[in-house]
Amino acid sequence: MTTKATDEAVQKVIFDGLAEVGADPDRINRDATFEELDVDSLDVVELAQIVEDEFGVRLEGDDLKGLETVGQVIDLVVERAS
Amino acid sequence: MTDATVQANGARAGAERPVREGCALVTGASRGIGAATARALAAEGWPVGITFRADREGAEALAHEIETEGGIAVPIAADVTDADAMEAAFARLEAEHGSVLVLVNNAGVRDDNIAAQLDDEAWERVVDTNLNAAFRATRRALRPMIRARWGRIVNVASVVGPRANVGQANYAAAKAGLIGMTKTVAVEVARRGVTVNAVAPGFVETKLTEDVSAETLGAIPARRAGTPEEVAACIRFLASEEASYVTGTTLVVDGGLSA
Repeated sequence: MTTKATDEAVQKVIFDGLAEVGADPDRINRDATFEELDVDSLDVVELAQIVEDEFGVRLEGDDLKGLETVGQVIDLVVERAS
Repeated sequence: MTDATVQANGARAGAERPVREGCALVTGASRGIGAATARALAAEGWPVGITFRADREGAEALAHEIETEGGIAVPIAADVTDADAMEAAFARLEAEHGSVLVLVNNAGVRDDNIAAQLDDEAWERVVDTNLNAAFRATRRALRPMIRARWGRIVNVASVVGPRANVGQANYAAAKAGLIGMTKTVAVEVARRGVTVNAVAPGFVETKLTEDVSAETLGAIPARRAGTPEEVAACIRFLASEEASYVTGTTLVVDGGLSA
């Protein structure tokens, strides 16, 4: 069962997911880059799985490659879900 | 995300499930090393998906045998080179038994000829089945394993690859490739509690080696071929909770052949 992917819902899941993979909660915001948050590609893979489990949106290899900021991921998930 | 309790070896499935929430998948498991491995993992309490390409009878007989012993086995018709069939296999297992947390890339074929006479079809078929398919299954299995912070991938390689075997340039390339892939993937995911290892059998009594000569067997220090159960025991260990610090390595099971 998946959750409806509103901007607000996706942001919450991604912010929580980032904290879970080790990002400093105080530094998580839409403009932050993964590099700034010390989140590497393996962490991003886990984040993609969290997103899939929650919203049924699957992010594949190429999707993840160009993404640098948290906001870009949120926007992509919302776009894909619609 | 729960942290399921793990019990000692040998506990049967049924009344209680001793292993983590999830299941195992063994490719090419209708016979040989795959079948022995499926039995071993089922005996550990894993629900085990058994894929087969053509040997439906063998796979169903194996599943029946496992279930009679109190285990859970799901025979699934899926050629490992068929991406859609493999995706369906994963999806079905996930729906019925949870994430695939143990993946054994065992399916393999041979198509021998010396390199000067080995045609494209024979090369591609062996590399696609023995290496490319293992990569695709690995990629598919990794994300849920990473999420679960636990996983076991065991690739069935061979002593052929690291060592030469006349007439098997395609097989050797695929198997050596499997070992290379094992190491890199292992290092990528180690910090998530996912281990990736290979086993390298020497000569083992299966369909793939039924034409091996007595002379060849005489060259083996142990003076005999191995059994599928002897290889399965190694895979069972690598798939166990206890093998949690073993990753990126190849466990050679060859009666001393490559020592």
